[in-house]
Amino acid sequence: MLLLGVLLVDVVRDGIGQLSFDFLTSFSSINAKQAGIEAALTGTIWLMAVCAAFIVPVGVATAIYLEEYADNDRWWNRLIEVNIQNLAAVPSIVYGILGLAFLVRGPLSLGNVVLAGGLTLGLLVLPVVIIAGREAIRAVPASIREGSLALGATKWQTIWRQVLPASIPGIATGVILALSRAIGETAPLIVVGAATFLAFNPSGLDSSFTALPIQIFDWISRPSNDINNYKPLAAGGILVLMILLMAMNSIAIWLRNRYEQKW
Amino acid sequence: MADQVTDWRQEQGEQARTGGPLKRRIGTARAPAVEGPAAERKQAGEAIFSLEGVTVTYSGVAAVRNIGFDIAMNEITALIGPSGCGKSTLIRCLNRMNDLIPGAVVEGKVLYHDQDLYAPDVDAVEVRKRIGMVFQKPNPFPKSIYDNIAFGPRVLGMKDDLDGIVERALRRGALWDEAKDRLKSSAFGLSGGQQQRLCIARCLAVEPDVILMDEPCSALDPISTGRIEDLMLELKELYSIVIVTHNMQQAARVSDRTAFFTVELDEGEQQRTGRMVEFDDTDKMFTNPADPRTEAYVTGRVG
Repeated sequence: MLLLGVLLVDVVRDGIGQLSFDFLTSFSSINAKQAGIEAALTGTIWLMAVCAAFIVPVGVATAIYLEEYADNDRWWNRLIEVNIQNLAAVPSIVYGILGLAFLVRGPLSLGNVVLAGGLTLGLLVLPVVIIAGREAIRAVPASIREGSLALGATKWQTIWRQVLPASIPGIATGVILALSRAIGETAPLIVVGAATFLAFNPSGLDSSFTALPIQIFDWISRPSNDINNYKPLAAGGILVLMILLMAMNSIAIWLRNRYEQKW
Repeated sequence: MADQVTDWRQEQGEQARTGGPLKRRIGTARAPAVEGPAAERKQAGEAIFSLEGVTVTYSGVAAVRNIGFDIAMNEITALIGPSGCGKSTLIRCLNRMNDLIPGAVVEGKVLYHDQDLYAPDVDAVEVRKRIGMVFQKPNPFPKSIYDNIAFGPRVLGMKDDLDGIVERALRRGALWDEAKDRLKSSAFGLSGGQQQRLCIARCLAVEPDVILMDEPCSALDPISTGRIEDLMLELKELYSIVIVTHNMQQAARVSDRTAFFTVELDEGEQQRTGRMVEFDDTDKMFTNPADPRTEAYVTGRVG
């Protein structure tokens, strides 16, 4: 904890001077005085959008299937369950390799573009969403389902109109926590080929991209001298990333407390 | 007020009342003959349910065995007996809520308007539209009072005049005066008794034929219980009601006929299984029962 505190103080001291509107709206540059994080920030936002668009439908559908339909006596359902738990523990770089092999090259051959990066991050955090979604769905009491079914609603109507609305806060919390894990991931993005130096914002799903952690990594790994000192830039980037993360986690906590159901 | 309600009911609920086809669309073509006798409208007092040799097992263990009796239309039929005697199991057979419990198997015949509810081509969802249920613990949906009532009509496609349906259901559930100014507020803000009346009103909104009540007052105070009992007596003019209760005074107060269940050890096996001891008019059951076990129970000597 103490070490973490020292690190934090150090980063804040180095980075605080960097935080300005110009820093957020300038592209990366050889000239450290003019460099900013615009491309990285927009890249990160694009990645998160793609990631969310992927994990929300797929994760919720999987959670519904596993909780409401899957018969646990069937071996394939048990296999899916075990796999999801294991996938949550797979190192992120393995997902990067998967993304490289299947999305960037291989069957889909998307190239190192926003879509491939976002989907790779999506695969990485999908287990988090599924697990959170299942817990939220399981927390809806049986009496609600019975009440709905007793009125002549079908199973699907019950799930769609009673169970899902009641579990949205839990699912949303899970999605935000998943995104806040994805936003800080560096390794898989390096593997799928995120650019380190871009002077333009992504223009679409098929555009090349960079991201905040990549940009930070790049600045740290560059040799600095008196004229071009990149270290404060990195610290500034870290601060922006941390503020984003804390904001997302606060929203998640707020959501959880605000909509916590007392049945 | 009562006349208005009856008229409206006849317009909208005629098909349900006369026991139209309960089958899935594919099933209707396969066995149309079964619907014949049920198409005539039944009179009050005639059997709406006929149980024949009903045995329910959970994963092979029998909860009730060999139950047979008739439930009459526009009457209140009470099921009484000690805990574990299978009253709740039996009432859940009547609208196929037992389907939701893994491992539950129903043998014998549950005839509703002469159609076996457990025939292979009967659709459980269709059954539950006709036969509503109120549960032991009030279970309002986490929605507004209005949306609680409107949920059933909405999923059944009754979209016309939803406001009117909600108002009539709340009036008939004796909740309108208390709820009319807060229709948009959460149902969780109601008291326990109000919540239970909301659940009854919610059930009425989909125009059922029968209302099953599984210990509807066991979580309520005496005043709320009294209101719900009054409500039941009003509702039986329009609906057939089956109620499970632990409260013998309640059975005596509201019901027309009573079935008494008890728990017995199965011959040979050491399993406790529910059986029906006696079924008769409530007055007779409580004053002059035929079976000594009934007498012991209703007089409070065995509980």
